[in-house]
Order: sequence, then structure tokens, then C-alpha cells
Amino acid sequence: MLPEIGHFALILSLFFAVALSFVPILGYVKKHKVLMAYSVPLTHVTSLLVLFSFFILAYSFAIDDFSILYVSQNSNSLLPVAFKLSAVWGGHEGSLLLWVLILCGWASAVAYKGKSLPEDIRALVLATLGMVTTGFLAFLLFTSSPFIRLLPDMPKEGADLNPLLQDVGLIIHPPMLYMGYVGFSVAFAFAIAALISGNLNSSWARWARPWTSVSWAFLTLGIGLGSWWAYYELGWGGWWFWDPVENASFMPWLAGTALIHSLAVTEKRGVFKSWTVLLAIFTFSLSLLGTFLVRSGVLTSVHAFAADPTRGVFILVLLFLFVGGSLLLYAMRAADVKSDVSFGLTGREAGLLINNIVLVTLSLTVLLGTLFPLLFDALDMGKISVGAPYFNTMFSPIALFLMLVMAVGPLLRWNRTKLDTLLKQLIFPLVLSVILTGVTLIWQTFEWITMVSLFVAYWVMLLVLIDWFAKLGNSSAGWLQKARRLPRNYYGMLIAHLGMAVSLIGILFVSVQSQEEMVRMAQNDSVTLSGYEFVFNGVSQVKGPNYVANRANISVFQNGRQVASMEPEKRVYQARTQMMTEASIDAGLFRDLYISLGEQLDETTWGVRVHVKPFVRWIWLGGILMALGGLLSALDKRYRKVSGARI
Amino acid sequence: MSEVKKNKVKKVALFLPFLVFALLAGVFFSQLGKDTQYMPSALVGKPLPDFSLVNLETNKLVNKSDLGNEGYLINFWGTWCPACSFEHDYLMTLASQGVNIIGIDYKDDTAEAIKWLAEKGDPYSAVLLDELGNFGVDMGVTGAPETFVVNSQGEITYRHQGIVNADVWLTMKGYLE
Repeated sequence: MLPEIGHFALILSLFFAVALSFVPILGYVKKHKVLMAYSVPLTHVTSLLVLFSFFILAYSFAIDDFSILYVSQNSNSLLPVAFKLSAVWGGHEGSLLLWVLILCGWASAVAYKGKSLPEDIRALVLATLGMVTTGFLAFLLFTSSPFIRLLPDMPKEGADLNPLLQDVGLIIHPPMLYMGYVGFSVAFAFAIAALISGNLNSSWARWARPWTSVSWAFLTLGIGLGSWWAYYELGWGGWWFWDPVENASFMPWLAGTALIHSLAVTEKRGVFKSWTVLLAIFTFSLSLLGTFLVRSGVLTSVHAFAADPTRGVFILVLLFLFVGGSLLLYAMRAADVKSDVSFGLTGREAGLLINNIVLVTLSLTVLLGTLFPLLFDALDMGKISVGAPYFNTMFSPIALFLMLVMAVGPLLRWNRTKLDTLLKQLIFPLVLSVILTGVTLIWQTFEWITMVSLFVAYWVMLLVLIDWFAKLGNSSAGWLQKARRLPRNYYGMLIAHLGMAVSLIGILFVSVQSQEEMVRMAQNDSVTLSGYEFVFNGVSQVKGPNYVANRANISVFQNGRQVASMEPEKRVYQARTQMMTEASIDAGLFRDLYISLGEQLDETTWGVRVHVKPFVRWIWLGGILMALGGLLSALDKRYRKVSGARI
Repeated sequence: MSEVKKNKVKKVALFLPFLVFALLAGVFFSQLGKDTQYMPSALVGKPLPDFSLVNLETNKLVNKSDLGNEGYLINFWGTWCPACSFEHDYLMTLASQGVNIIGIDYKDDTAEAIKWLAEKGDPYSAVLLDELGNFGVDMGVTGAPETFVVNSQGEITYRHQGIVNADVWLTMKGYLE
């Protein structure tokens, strides 16, 4: 009975979402305040219904209701409870429900926080979000309901969650990721509202900014978690694969990064108005495109969901309506926008223009690489695959250029910067970065791209510090007081930029200095790598809740002193008889030791893969800093007393 | 350019994003429902490579020329491969319809293979041993089961990775002539 109630709640929520898409618009057309005000309760009711049905699905997982097809496909009575709950989003249907739930969450947050918005704008924004919700609820109900029953022949046991997904990282990775790229729907809705109302001054940018920053922060965390998970769970120590599904989340991130910056210029200076609207549409379109690529089966990927052409058609229609519709609206309305402010070539506006051009180029580069196999096949030119070499060659130089410019950007002033002052500020960090790069080189020789990367990392960090000190030096109060008085927005920017440099260092060292070796090991065999000696103490059998495993024990010595005892496992999950490699990692700020257990070669010998990965943690540490920066700038005081009347 | 003309150009330019997107959506539509797992073999359209492999039953060497010039299937299988036992039932059906299937016992233990065929039935007109997988390398095999169609001219016309079933056979049949 309970699943039917959950299903019914979803159907009901679809009706409310439809009402939410039309009633406020009708109110807007008729200038009818009460109809417009309906947008708020309609949003909340839709969200509550979706939340309710989500709870019912989660509950069905918790009590092992295998009469539900989706539960029986993705869970098992032996599964630990935490994984039963995360199995809710372990497959297509449930993760789509999570997608819709998060979209509703964002809409409700806008409805709740948006009291100070002008009534008509709030109505239009919520109606736009209502339309997106309607589309995806219909997709869920018509093609992918998670509540379909297997009656009367219900299975006694479930097929189990894919062992790869039985992991803490995967409990939080999808929600974070969806919080991010679904969150870009808010900026999108504000842009659409601005287009419909014709009110394309800079106020929409100010309203959309904190929402965009928060979504961006979540997306950053989500991508970071995904990369971290791939690193320790897939068992061969890679952290980024340029897989289509990864790219699907990375493209909105790049476009979203551009959007954050262009919203800032539009808000503060009133330039790039039409461009920022287009960028907001572009960013959310990439989120939708990602959802399409992952769920339609048009691309091969390790983590695409099971392909189903009907679903593909449905979501393509959605994509066409939302993206096509908003681009048409843009084409018809944007001609009326006039940028009346001009700016100089040396101003911060010009810097941010470069930022936008480069970031959009980067996202188009990734887009092209991701879609190229598809285009090629569509033109009957055969099958190709585009792999890491393309992305690394195309992406790295442009990204390095971006960071080079990024470091200088904050030093520029609006409209015009005095070049001689700027040069004076730059000369010291320039010289120091070159010296530091040189010093590092004595220690080790690198290729030119590595040297450039190293230089850029030093350059960014130094300039961040210098900018901060310069800001402190300008006021007369005490040092600490001065530091406190700088706006959160500014600190957000500093920390996020610093995060980029930290990640760059991680990427740099891990790609240049990683050592790995595949060895045969029997008891008491040892291997030495990067100054660490790994001694194999043998393998024992262990039993987990839903798997059995061979667990090796390996002691690690450095300079004769034991530094770690590591236990990599080879697991067999019973329900799916699937083999899994569980790597053992000894994490450190400056290096990770990483061991994965390979095949058993004979009675006593095992294949063992040993890695030493310097600075790998920095990649994710940088991600955390970036996310922190995004959150901090969203919490800036200015956004808390937003009043529609000011402009 | 005059002001009016400039405005016109600008108005048309604003439609560009939409046009690009519409084109892309068209490509997506054409790709929906296509089998993205399908990888054509480089050998398609080329003659079957020469080989000389031991026949499981007769223990004699078999060459390409021994296989005759009627169309046949070449099926890579092994007792170690779970999917092969699923496929086996349908191969039996095909054999009973008179389809000539050459089995390649791929990277397998010969004793096990004899037991397997005795227990489950033998759909193959001949089973050739490729213990080390050398012939598999020549054919670009990535795993078992994998099936090639060879036509009456001795050319490879089709390759299928994975289990052959009634659906796959509908396509395959056409390549046999």
C-alpha cells in the first residue's frame, strides 16, 4: 500500500507543478497580484509531496520491500542500512527522483528567501522552476517510476547494490553533484524572468549571484568527491578520466565559473548584460545536456545508466523545449538590451571578459571532445573514441593561461588601471616565482609544461597574498581589524583562487612524480619504491556483511622504521558474485601510499600494485578551498539585506 | 554599415545560439537507440586470416581451406566463460536448423571442453583449439563469446561481440549469403 501512496503523491505533485507553471504566469499577464502570490504556496506543496514520496521510497529500501522492482534491483537484505538508504539513488529511477527533489528544494528556498523580490519577478522565477519541475516529474512518472511493483511473484531477495557504489563517497557524491548543477536552474530562472519581464537591468544579476555561488560551491564539492571516490575505489589510483559522465558535470562547472564572474560585472558595472543572460542559459543547458547524455545511452561510459530509447526521446524533447525555448526567447528579447556603459582596455571589466572567453572556450573544448564520437558516428564516418590525450593537450595550456590571468585580475581596477602601478605590483612576484621555480628545478628536472605549471602555481599564490596585504595597507585601523573589515565576498574570491593554485600543485606533482610498480609477492617478499620498503606478510580470509575477501597485510618501512601497516582486499560480493578491488591507502599531506591487491598467481603468490603518489591530496584540498570560497562569497552581508526597491 | 543594417545583423546573430542547438538536437535524435556498444571489426570485408589449428575430435591440423566455401559462423567460446553457457542453448537451435558453426575453444582446458560438449551437446561442425589465444589475436577478439560471419567467398562480413540470440541472428543471417 505504501508504495502506491508514494506513487500517488508523485502524481499529485505533477498536478501542482503544472499549476505552478501556469497560474503565476496568468497572474503576471493579467497583473493579478493574488494569482502571482499563489506561486509561493504552490512551490511548497509540490516540494512537500515530492519529499513525501522520496521518504516512502527510502523507507521501502530500509524495510527491504522487494515487491518494488527498483528496490529489488538495487538492494539486498544483507546490505548495511546506510548503503540501503544510499541505494535509493543507486539507479536511474531513484537518482532521478533525487534530482527532482533537489530541484524542488531549490525552488522552495527561492520562494522562502524571495520575500524581498518584486512580486512579478518572484512569480516568474518560481513559474520557470515549476516548468522544469513539471518536465522532470513527467519524465519520472511516464518512463521511470521507482514505485513499479513486482506482484504477485515478488522476489525473496534483492539483486544488491552495485558493489562499486557501496561506499561512503557515493552516499554523498550524487546529492552534492545534483545540488550543484540542478542549482544552476535558479540563475537560469532569474535570467528567463528577466527576459520575459524585459527588465534586463543589473538587478537580476544581484538576485541570482548568491544562488549561483552556492550551487557552484556544491558542484565543486560534488566533482571533488567523485574524483576522490574514483581514486580510492576503482583500484588503480587515477583521479580523473575524462569520461563522458565526468565531463557532463565538469562542463556546467566551467560555464558556472564563467557565470559567477560575469554576474559580478553585470551587477557592479551594468556591462555584458545580454551576454550574462545567455551564459546563465548556457550553464543550465549544459546541466540538462549532462542529464541527457548520462541517461539516454547515446554515449558509452563506465557509469552511464542503463540505456532505454523511450527515455532518450522523452528527455531529448525536454531538452529541446527548455534549451530551445529559452534560446528563442533570448533571440527575440535580447536585441532590446543596450549596454550603455563603456569600459577601458586596462580595466577589470576587460580582465573579466578574458576570463569569460577563456572559460567558455574551455567548456566548448570539453563539449567538443565529449560529443565528437557522437557527431562522427552520426555522419557515418565510423567509430572513434576521444580520450585523455586530446583533453590534456587541448585543456592544459588554455587552463594555465587562465590561471596566469586569474592571478592578475583582482589587482585591476574598474574601468582603467594605471599600468605603471600595476607593473610595480607584478614585478616582485614575477621575479620571486621564477626564482622559486628555479630552486625547485635544482631538486628535480621537469618538462617545460611542468615548469610553466609550477611557475603559475607560485605566481597565483604570491599574488593572492600581495593583493591581500595591499588591501590591508590602505586603511588606518589596526591590522586584525582591517583584515576583519574586508568583505566576505573578497575573502571568498581569495580563497577560491588560492584553491586553484593548490589543486594545480597536486595535479602537477601527481602526474610528474608518481611511482608505481606491479610486482609478484609471496610471504616476506619486499619491494622498494621512492624510498619506501613494502614487505608482504601474507593473505588471510575475512568475511564482511555481504562479501568475503582475501586481505593482504603489508608493512611499510622508511629508513628502517615502520611507517604504516596496510591491508588491501580483493572482495567477492555474494549477491552479484562480483569481484572488487579494495585499495589500501596511507594518506598524507605530501604523499599517499596506495596498494591494490591483484590476482592470485599461485598458492602463495599474489600480484600486487604499489603506488607512491606525491601531493595527491592537494587536488581535493584545492577543491575544498574553492567550495569554501564560493560559500563565503554567497554569505556576503550585501545579499542579506537585498531590497528590490534599491534599483 | 548603416545603423539599420547593423541592427538587423545583430538581430540575426542573436538567433545563432538557437540554430546551433537545434542542429545538435538533430544529431542527438539520430543517435538515439543506436547500439553504442557495437564496435565494427577492422576485418570486415577482408578474407578470413590463414590459420592452422588442431581439431578437438580428430586431433588433426585444420586449415582455412578445409572449412569449405559455404557460408559459416566462427564462434569463440570457452568453458570458463559464463556467458557462453547462456549462448550455448541458442547455438544448439541454430545447429538444428542446419547453420554451419565452427567453434574455437578459446584459451581453454581441452579436457574441460570435451566434458562440456558431452554434457551440454555439441552445436559445432568442428571445434578447433586455440589454447594460447593466438588465432584470437589474429581475429581481434576481445573476449568470449564472440562470433564472426564468413560468407561463401571466404570473407568476414560481420562480427558480433557477446551472446548470439534470436535478435542478433536476424541481423547476422543477412551477412551469411
